[in-house]
Amino acid sequence: MHEMSIALSIVETVVSKALEEGNGRISSIDLLIGKLAGIEPQSLKFCFSAAAKGTSAEEALLFIDEPEGLGECGDCGKRFPVSFYYAECPECRSLRVNIVSGKEFLIQSMTIEEEGE
Amino acid sequence: MCDTCGCSTDSGAVLRKPGMTDYHIHVGATGHGDTDHHHEGDHNHTHEHDHTHKGKIRTIALEQDVLQKNNLLAERNRGYFEARNILALNFLSSPGSGKTSFLEKIIPLLHQQVPVSVIEGDQQTTNDADRIHALGVPVIQINTGSGCHLDALMVNSAMKALELQDNSLLCIENVGNLVCPAMFDLGEALKVVIISVTEGDDKPLKYPTMFHEADLCILNKIDLLPYVDFDVRTCRENAMRVNHHLEWFEVSAKTGEGLGVWQEWIENKLRQR
Repeated sequence: MHEMSIALSIVETVVSKALEEGNGRISSIDLLIGKLAGIEPQSLKFCFSAAAKGTSAEEALLFIDEPEGLGECGDCGKRFPVSFYYAECPECRSLRVNIVSGKEFLIQSMTIEEEGE
Repeated sequence: MCDTCGCSTDSGAVLRKPGMTDYHIHVGATGHGDTDHHHEGDHNHTHEHDHTHKGKIRTIALEQDVLQKNNLLAERNRGYFEARNILALNFLSSPGSGKTSFLEKIIPLLHQQVPVSVIEGDQQTTNDADRIHALGVPVIQINTGSGCHLDALMVNSAMKALELQDNSLLCIENVGNLVCPAMFDLGEALKVVIISVTEGDDKPLKYPTMFHEADLCILNKIDLLPYVDFDVRTCRENAMRVNHHLEWFEVSAKTGEGLGVWQEWIENKLRQR
């Protein structure tokens, strides 16, 4: 459900950036959403189309890159892929695992289509 | 559209105070900071107008955190709390795990020594704020309408309306929900997640984001342990798997069992500031 307020926040960010850049129409938005970020990409896409209605992002396509989670063992230092917060080190079985990536949640870039003269 | 005054707001959240039927403030309607708009031509960056306007497509880099606006405002809240030596706790749980009952029990234990105020978050009603108001401490209710979590802007508006005292404790009771509130920093010093023994000992594994974000976990309703299939040790282990920094407490807000240990902990925190 929090995807709706997140979609609104994305729309607000890109629309104000587009306005700054000369108010073109936004044709695509590139997002980086780590697998551990707590965001459901399908749900976000669904909410985005509603949130963007009537704005310059109305027809924008969302491209979502989803980096895998990466954990680092706090005991032996081994790095390994994780799909959840409760990972166990495959090397030494330690549960002291720190998440080093997979929590990213960024608007990377967007493309705007400038109106012809 | 607001059902009380008919005005419309962006965020839809409304502040209410117990016993004051006329009191309602729309979050974000006062024009502080975040609702400021800058559509005038007074910005001073240079527009690079060397491109030709022929319907061409241009890529603009942003590299911006999606929650940046909330996070920046949360840091402002945090700075305000720190400057005034206010310890802000964000209480999180599913509905019905006993957040308000817990506050009802601990506030009388604490507010002789330290001023306590409360921000209550719920979709509707001032029921929780009414219960806290009865204890004689300042309280404000945020009604989020359709919203499933509190955000930094709501707390920013609420704390201004509350007239917080220096050197005090602020308890923020979030909307009952084990998912969404985990994503939104409010500017609190610590996140406190409450679970109850009627909920199942695998809750930390089912909702790992919340338990990963929390600083302490309070297991409530331990007076009911003889009647339910809940294994405290398993639950604690599950919670520690998700977050090995989590501090763990076991209490019954009903009987008062375990509250002394927690009281000692919070008094220690208050002294350390």
